[in-house]
Amino acid sequence: MFRRFLAILIKELTQLRRDKSTFAMVLAIPVMQVFLFTYAINNDPKHLPTAVLIRDNSIVVRDLTAAMTNSEYFDLTTRISTDAEGDELLQKGEVYFVLTIPENFTRDLLSGRKPALLLQADASDPSATANSIGAMSEVILRSIRRDLTGSVRSMVNTEMPIDLRIQRCYNPEAMIRYNIVPGLIAVLLTLMGIMMTALSLTRENERGTMETMLSMPVRPLEIMAGKIVPNLIVGLIQAAFILIMAIFFFKVPFLGSWWVFVLSIILFITGNLAIGYTISSLAKNQLQALQMTILVFMPSLLLSGFIYPFVGMPGWAQAIGNCIPVTYFMRIVRGIMLKGNGLAECWPHIWPMGIIILILSIIAVKVYKKTLD
Amino acid sequence: MTPTYAIEVSNLSKRFGNNTVVDNVNLRVPQGKIYGFLGPNGSGKTTTIRLLCGLLTPDGGTGTCLGYDIRKESNKIKQQVGYMTQRFSYWEDLTVRENLMFVANVFGLAQPCDSVEAMLRRFGLLSRSEQLAGTLSGGWKQRLSLAACILHSPKLLLLDEPTAGVDPQARRDFWDEIHQLARDGLTVLVSTHYMDEAERCHAIIYLYYGHIIAEGSVSEVIANSGLQTWSATGADVIGVMNELKSSPAVATVAPFGNVVHVSGVDGQALEQVIESYRERRGIQWSRTSPSLEDVFIYYMHNNGGRD
Repeated sequence: MFRRFLAILIKELTQLRRDKSTFAMVLAIPVMQVFLFTYAINNDPKHLPTAVLIRDNSIVVRDLTAAMTNSEYFDLTTRISTDAEGDELLQKGEVYFVLTIPENFTRDLLSGRKPALLLQADASDPSATANSIGAMSEVILRSIRRDLTGSVRSMVNTEMPIDLRIQRCYNPEAMIRYNIVPGLIAVLLTLMGIMMTALSLTRENERGTMETMLSMPVRPLEIMAGKIVPNLIVGLIQAAFILIMAIFFFKVPFLGSWWVFVLSIILFITGNLAIGYTISSLAKNQLQALQMTILVFMPSLLLSGFIYPFVGMPGWAQAIGNCIPVTYFMRIVRGIMLKGNGLAECWPHIWPMGIIILILSIIAVKVYKKTLD
Repeated sequence: MTPTYAIEVSNLSKRFGNNTVVDNVNLRVPQGKIYGFLGPNGSGKTTTIRLLCGLLTPDGGTGTCLGYDIRKESNKIKQQVGYMTQRFSYWEDLTVRENLMFVANVFGLAQPCDSVEAMLRRFGLLSRSEQLAGTLSGGWKQRLSLAACILHSPKLLLLDEPTAGVDPQARRDFWDEIHQLARDGLTVLVSTHYMDEAERCHAIIYLYYGHIIAEGSVSEVIANSGLQTWSATGADVIGVMNELKSSPAVATVAPFGNVVHVSGVDGQALEQVIESYRERRGIQWSRTSPSLEDVFIYYMHNNGGRD
């Protein structure tokens, strides 16, 4: 009995050794996961870009903003001079916070009148901003304690000397599902689109029908279009399905432009199908196609800002994330649904996605094999 | 000007890595003829056929298929060639009719529905037209494949072991069909392992590990082999057979039921060997002409007859 077991064991190991792609996956997936989870993913994102609107310039205010920078949670990237500017930056996703320091802030503080301090946060991605918001009161308290001496000092010891008002924009209740559900549209379309297309050509190869097809006067582009269009339709149905669930079941708002949404979705699905088509040209069988799909899907899941905030990732991980279409699509969907974005706000994400998709499509056509060589 | 040769290639070569599968092959198949493509497994028959219809790019050589350059005009070749693969390779999850409709549309037939209908009738596939191709038996799959690859009225048929695993009746029907098509002017290149099928061809080409080593009609190939054959019948021919195998003058020994064919290239030496067995065990010897199979086996075992 043991001999038979051994025989099977040896056979399996030999096959595994010959099956280079499975072998590579066995090693690549753990490496990838360990790297992504330990290095790339940061649940305590820091250096969030912040705009400041300062209407009262004083040492106290300067120290306060310096303390915010020193806390590492905030990067004061932009000085603005109107409220409207702040709103625009938030809407486009260029900053996560807008801090407004009102007129007479210092005077009111010194006279114990608890001046108001407004911190507007982009809460469409609550996990990105939660910790920074939490740290804010502590940062203020420490900074002001250091500055206030003498008679006013006693006031700071007992209670908060200012009235910190936090305004969560776009997702006032900081509901994670508001953020997850639109992101899920992006992730599911990625997985399904890549996988279905990846399998479609490999299936033909595996069953030998590719040989019949290639022996007929069909052009590569015709095959590609014929394979991609059905999957595009399937993708649109899926998107509609998820969207209906999102709106009616999870009560996620849809505030932005419908036509920009549809346009982006078509573009995005096309991109995924191009990736899938490339895989299906490279993979020798359906199993390999599935493995490669997972390989591409993992960064889409982890580095796109879906589960973990994009801003919390180190530079190299952001660089990888910037190369995958889903990262941009994630921002577009969330922006349209939660922030009410239109074309103008989405455009900075649409054009890089379009370029990436164009490159992917060119690759897909290039790697397609016209012969059996 | 219409070419007299449907296939005319010279010095055709194809390598896979370091392995030269097709090595300087010169091939000429006249129009309207049925040429049989013979050779042991792995001798390059499938590769040659794939090179001819543009499924593989040749590493060397030039030539034309139906007057079109095999390197540059593979799309034009594909339009007029019917290629039947070794293994059933139509869509098993489509019905018989759907498969044929697909082919008809890909080739841009003027009246796809009518053509398909006519083809279904011609091959007796009408009653099975709505059946999924995957559920057909081997013989019916083969009929469907043939129907599909002549649907666009090609001028050249490339058939790669089309009758492997098909019963004798289906094979006979198949060959009747092929001869019918050839009479209408179609050129056929068909690879096979069946000697009876080779004998139904106008001429055969024997490919041996990438080289053509024999070519011509069946009788020419047999005559050119220089093989001489004796047949033996009797009680213990099998015992004699085993002894004869070790003799250097004997090239091949093959049993055909109660008869054993003993062949060799050197007639005199062969006769001497046989002489020593004449008196033994009541075996009757008679001179016979070698069969194509004798020649086939002889070439296979003697390195293409070139050493």
